[in-house]
Amino acid sequence: MKILTGNDLKTGAVTWWDGAEWSLHVEQAVDVGDNADTILAREQAARRVNAAYAIEAVKDADGVRPAHIKDRIRALGPTVRPDLTLKPADPNAGEWVI
Amino acid sequence: MYKYDTYDQAMVDARVEEFRDQVRRRLEGHITEDQFKPLRLMNGLYLQLHAYMLRVAVPYGTLNSAQMRMLGDIADKYDRGYGHFTTRQNIQYNWIKLEDAPDILADLATVEMHAIQTSGNCIRNTTSDQYAGAAADEVIDPRPYAELIRQWSTFHPEFTYLPRKFKMAVIASDIDRAAMRLHDIGIQIVRNEGGQIGAAFYVGGGMGRTPMIAPCINPFVPIDQMITYSEACLRVYNRYGRRDNKYKARIKILVHELGKEEYTRQVEAEFAHLLTQNIEPPLAELARIQAMFADPPFEVGIADEVDRSDPDFALWVDTNCLAHKQPGYIAATISLKPVGGIPGDATGEQIRLMGDLARQFSFDELRVTHAQNIVLPHVRKADLYALWQQLDAAGLGTANLDLVGDIIACPGLDYCSLANARSIPVAQKISQRLARSEQAIGELKLKISGCINACGHHHAGHIGILGVDKKGVENYQLLLGGCEGADTSLGQITGPGFSEDGIVDAVEKATQVYLNNKQGTERFLDTYRRIGMAPFKEAIYE
Repeated sequence: MKILTGNDLKTGAVTWWDGAEWSLHVEQAVDVGDNADTILAREQAARRVNAAYAIEAVKDADGVRPAHIKDRIRALGPTVRPDLTLKPADPNAGEWVI
Repeated sequence: MYKYDTYDQAMVDARVEEFRDQVRRRLEGHITEDQFKPLRLMNGLYLQLHAYMLRVAVPYGTLNSAQMRMLGDIADKYDRGYGHFTTRQNIQYNWIKLEDAPDILADLATVEMHAIQTSGNCIRNTTSDQYAGAAADEVIDPRPYAELIRQWSTFHPEFTYLPRKFKMAVIASDIDRAAMRLHDIGIQIVRNEGGQIGAAFYVGGGMGRTPMIAPCINPFVPIDQMITYSEACLRVYNRYGRRDNKYKARIKILVHELGKEEYTRQVEAEFAHLLTQNIEPPLAELARIQAMFADPPFEVGIADEVDRSDPDFALWVDTNCLAHKQPGYIAATISLKPVGGIPGDATGEQIRLMGDLARQFSFDELRVTHAQNIVLPHVRKADLYALWQQLDAAGLGTANLDLVGDIIACPGLDYCSLANARSIPVAQKISQRLARSEQAIGELKLKISGCINACGHHHAGHIGILGVDKKGVENYQLLLGGCEGADTSLGQITGPGFSEDGIVDAVEKATQVYLNNKQGTERFLDTYRRIGMAPFKEAIYE
C-alpha cells in the first residue's frame, strides 16, 4: 500500500494521512493508491502539512507498517528514548520498528 | 571572554525580528516552504526526523554561566528537557516548534547568543581548542583570532552563498585538540624564530564522503594579514569551487583537483592583490578583542596539590583533568558519556548545574568540546574535590575522557533525516560492553557516524564506525587507524560490515588484539600503526 506522511507546519510533529486529515498515529494511515500527488499538492498548499511525501507500507493484523526503517522510526519516535515516543507506557511499542 | 558591543547586539536583535517576520509570513501562507527553507536554515532551524531541530552557535565553544543556564532553560521551556552538544562545539534541540523559534532566538539574544552560521553554504561557526587560555602548551590564546574570524565572516556578503558549507578551526599549540587539519581551513597560530606571531594555513581538509587531510599551503602568514589571507583562500574557492555537483563542491575537492601548488599560487596572487585593498581589520580591533580574553584573576602562591584520598575522585582527576598553565589550577572535563548513556546529551537541569559550577569554580567560564563534553577551564586544585562531588551526584562524574567509553556519536537515524543507520544504540552497547576494561585499554578514541556525511568523525577515530543502509537493514563498517591530532590519519575499512550486535563484538575483538600485542606504553593507535591491519582483521573475521 502507499501512504502519505509529513510534518505539521507549526509543531513539526510527524503526521500521517488518514483519508480526511493528518493523524499522529501511523495505524490510521490509509492507502492513497494513485492519488498521492493530488492529495499532497492540495494539503501542502493549504498548509495542513509540510514536507510531505508518499511511502510504501504494508498492513497486517498488527497495523500499518512503513516499509523503510527511517519511516518506522518516524512513526514511533527515537528508539533510544522510549519515554519520548508516542507510546511511552508500552514497553513493547517499538518491537516492530527495527 | 568576548562581550558584545552595540553593533553585535543590534545585529543579533535585528536578526531575531527579521526571522520572527519570516516565520509569521510562512505560517500565514505568504511564502512557500521552498522560499522559507533557506531562511530558516540561515537561522539554524532544520526539519529533522521527528520535528524541527534548532542548532545554536557556541563560537569557538566558549560559554559563560548565564549562557549555559539559558541553554538549560531553553531545553526545559521549549524542548523536552534536554539538549545535545555536537561535534562542532554547538548545541542542538530536537523537538522545537516553528512557532516558538523566534522566541527562542530572542531569549538567546538576551545572553549574546544566536543560531547564525549553523547551517547553509556560509562560513560556519569557527571551532577551537577547548583548553584555549588554559593549556600549558599553547603559544597564545587562539580565541581572539577565532573571534576576529567570527566578526569577519558573519554576514560576509561575498561568502553567504559559497559552493558548499565552509568550516574553519583555529588552534595555537602543536597538540591539535580541534581536528584542525580536517577542516576546510585550519589555522595554527605559531611563533617564528624572531618571536613574531603568525598563522600557519592548512587548506582543503574535511571528512564526509571524501575525507582529506589539509595540506599546509603557507606556514607563516603574519598575524596582521590573517584575515586578508583567509579572504584570498575563500575568494579562489568561491570563484572556482564546483556548483554543479554538491558532492564535489567542498574546497577539498578544488585543492585536490588543482593540486596544492596551483591552488596556493592562485591564493598568493589573490592575496597580493588584496593587500593593496587594505581589508585587514586594524590591529587595534584585535587588541580590543584580546583584552576581553585576558587571564582571569588567578590566585598566586596557592596549593598545587590535589588530595587523592578518595580513589574514585583520584581516578577522575587522572583521567579527566589537564595540566593548567597557572600553578594551583587545572582544566577539568565533564564527561557527557555516562556508561550506556547518549553521547553529548544533557538534561536542562544538568546544563544549568554546569553553568552554576562554572560560576562557582571556574571564573564563570565553560567550553564545549568537539568530542561532545564540557570543560571547566580554570579550576583551583583545592576546589576540585568539591566540584567532583557535585558533578558525581548529578551523573556527571564519569571518568572516561579519551577512553573507549568517551564515544563521539552523531544523532544518527534516531533523530537525523540524512542518516542511514542508528549511531546511539551502538555507542551505548559498546560503552556498556567495555566499561570494565576501558581503564586497562587506555586511550582509544571511538567515533560513530550514521551516514557518509561523517558528523560523528568516524574517519578520525582510532576505531571508527560508519552506519550504512544495506537493502533497508542497518549495517556497520569498521575502520581502524584514524587520528585527528598533529599526526592526523584517516581510518581504513577492515572489510565487510556487521550487524548492530556484530559491530560491538568486532570492536571488543579489536581491543583484545591490541591488549595482546601492546608493547610498553603503546596506545591502541600506536600498536595498530606498528602491527598493521592484518592481525586485527584476522581476529575480527575469524
